[in-house]
Amino acid sequence: MSARDSILKRLRERTDGPLTAPESDYSVMGGRGWTPEQRLAHFEEKITSVHGEVIHADRSNWADALTQVLTDKGVKRLGVGREHPVAREAREALAGGAVELIDVERDIETWQREQFETLEAGLTSTRGGIAETGSLWLWPTPDEPRRLSLVPPLHIAVLDADVIEDTLFDVIASHDWANNMPTNALLISGPSKTADIEQTLAYGVHGPRELVILVRH
Amino acid sequence: MSVQTYTPQAFHRQAHDALGNPQIRANFRQAMDGLMTKRRDSFGDWDVEALRDLGASIRLRALAKLPDLLEQLEANCQANGIQVHWAQDGDEACRLIRELCEARDAKRVIKGKSMVSEEMHLNAHLEEAGIEALESDLGEYLVQLNEQTPSHIIMPAIHLNTDEISDLMHAKTGTDKTRDVDYLTAAARQQLRERFMNADVGVSGVNFAVAETGTLCLVENEGNGRMTTTVPPVHIAVTGIEKVVEHLHDVPPLYALLTRSATGQHVTTYFNMISGPRKPEEHDGPREVHLVLVDNGRSSIYQDDELLDTLRCIRCGACMNHCPVYTRVGGHTYGTTYPGPIGSILMPHLQGLEATQDLPSASSLCGACGEVCPVRIPIPDLLVRLRKEAVGEGRGNVEGAGVKRNRKEVLAWKGWQWLATHPGAWRASTSVAGKFRALTPSKLGPWTQYRTAPKPASTPLHVLVKRHRQVNRQEGES
Ligand code: SF4
Repeated sequence: MSARDSILKRLRERTDGPLTAPESDYSVMGGRGWTPEQRLAHFEEKITSVHGEVIHADRSNWADALTQVLTDKGVKRLGVGREHPVAREAREALAGGAVELIDVERDIETWQREQFETLEAGLTSTRGGIAETGSLWLWPTPDEPRRLSLVPPLHIAVLDADVIEDTLFDVIASHDWANNMPTNALLISGPSKTADIEQTLAYGVHGPRELVILVRH
Repeated sequence: MSVQTYTPQAFHRQAHDALGNPQIRANFRQAMDGLMTKRRDSFGDWDVEALRDLGASIRLRALAKLPDLLEQLEANCQANGIQVHWAQDGDEACRLIRELCEARDAKRVIKGKSMVSEEMHLNAHLEEAGIEALESDLGEYLVQLNEQTPSHIIMPAIHLNTDEISDLMHAKTGTDKTRDVDYLTAAARQQLRERFMNADVGVSGVNFAVAETGTLCLVENEGNGRMTTTVPPVHIAVTGIEKVVEHLHDVPPLYALLTRSATGQHVTTYFNMISGPRKPEEHDGPREVHLVLVDNGRSSIYQDDELLDTLRCIRCGACMNHCPVYTRVGGHTYGTTYPGPIGSILMPHLQGLEATQDLPSASSLCGACGEVCPVRIPIPDLLVRLRKEAVGEGRGNVEGAGVKRNRKEVLAWKGWQWLATHPGAWRASTSVAGKFRALTPSKLGPWTQYRTAPKPASTPLHVLVKRHRQVNRQEGES
């Protein structure tokens, strides 16, 4: 018998007989009932508490805020997509400027080392935010591949204030994740961190050292 | 720092050594105090008891439907392009992973944190086959550099302080000696990035495997888990068969419980949900994803209604953080992959009671572990059950049951029981014992190592009470 079949057989022919599943009461997970203002306040409080940097911007001129961030952080090479409106608007605003725009919709095998060693920042859109935990949720795409939010030392994420929801539980239900899971779904709450050296917090151990969230209103 | 091997058989000696090591005691005391406070504060506005009820019910439901959910998980993973493998024990799982590596001519494996891989000694197995296995979680990396095993399931290097880590990194990787944690972390980042780029295979654990969607969830702060599962061309996820949950909406409650119970965080930096390898149109991510489902004793635990609760565990480590024994002796003392209370109720099933007989007794039964466990595992009851099994008073369905049975002890208790249920004999024997109290031995084996031996009272309590009553009555009459 294969390992699979013997394991399943043992589980099915349980000595103490079949088990009954208890009911689950999920009420503790939902019903936060926050207003949009409360949601935003929660989101900002939580994500800044874990070292995320929130910058508010107007939808019409958010790219100015982006330019400012890049200047402040001294970014010379920015990885950015092409198709998502966030990427398109960013490209437009930054065209011809001091920041070199790096194409990311290339097979990673062709630029692995370049990405690891020279990319200074990655710009991504986000699908939404989660107020309760101060999290961003991303479904990476060919246009904005998964490593764009992971490898560069700075991750700049663009979030629209009106797509912040109360909880992860709500997000999973309202966007019917169960029937739509992408190859990789991500929650990001702050920059990469560790406390493995004597409980002392240090940032950027593997992923970005800094996370900037541009919240568009 | 000398390399030492720890075994559960040598628990007493190891505990003695650890208790005499002020450095170990200080490192653990400080860390555990911090973790306890953080956990308490992190549940802030939550109805934590309702959340624990929910967590327990989700895990119990998953176990109740375990064989069906495993089949569903397998089918959905396969539909997503994830290849599923099954292993009855650790050796079979190691072999499977090695063969996957060899078939792809892989020489370098980079690892995300996985306690199951520790449990099956995957690194040693791969290295014997000439395949390098490098840990990438900072704590695991340090422990590996130090040729040790983790001393805590969440914080593997908790037993080392900054100076020790600085010396270690200096000796093994040539970094400067410094107490600057940012410098040490940045150095490790640099060292490991090169290794990620060159790795042929990434091996990770799994926190929750979702049956309804065929999704593998990984919880982490560092990003090494994302690197491990994204950078190398092949990703192999390895997990115990009990990690499955039924629905995607079962994940948020367990995740909320896990991060708060483990480190007192309201959320971790990353929650990584993998439902397949790179699609043709995608530009990064592994070309192959494999899931290895490991039994390794779990299906035996599954047979017994009481022991079953052991399998609810979500590996948060809260029971060890709150354990007065763990805090004093540290993780290595247990000599097992999983230390602390969860280790004491799990390891006897993985290694048999003969090797692990001292672990269920390494508890004061204060109940703290059961009180904090996010999925309400009655850990103290399970410790008692395993103690019974060890002395042959249980159901006898744990390997090595009865190994601690001692004929003399059994006889002594039987005698005691008989006496205590026969009043005449009891009175006679206590009065004799009282007369000869001077002759009772002052040394009673290990029991009197830290205690004074009991001496029978010269006048038994029964007699005293009777006399007292008589006096009272006489006083009332007069
Ligand atoms: S037994 Fe409970 S407290 Fe201990 S690690 Fe498992 S889930 Fe956490």
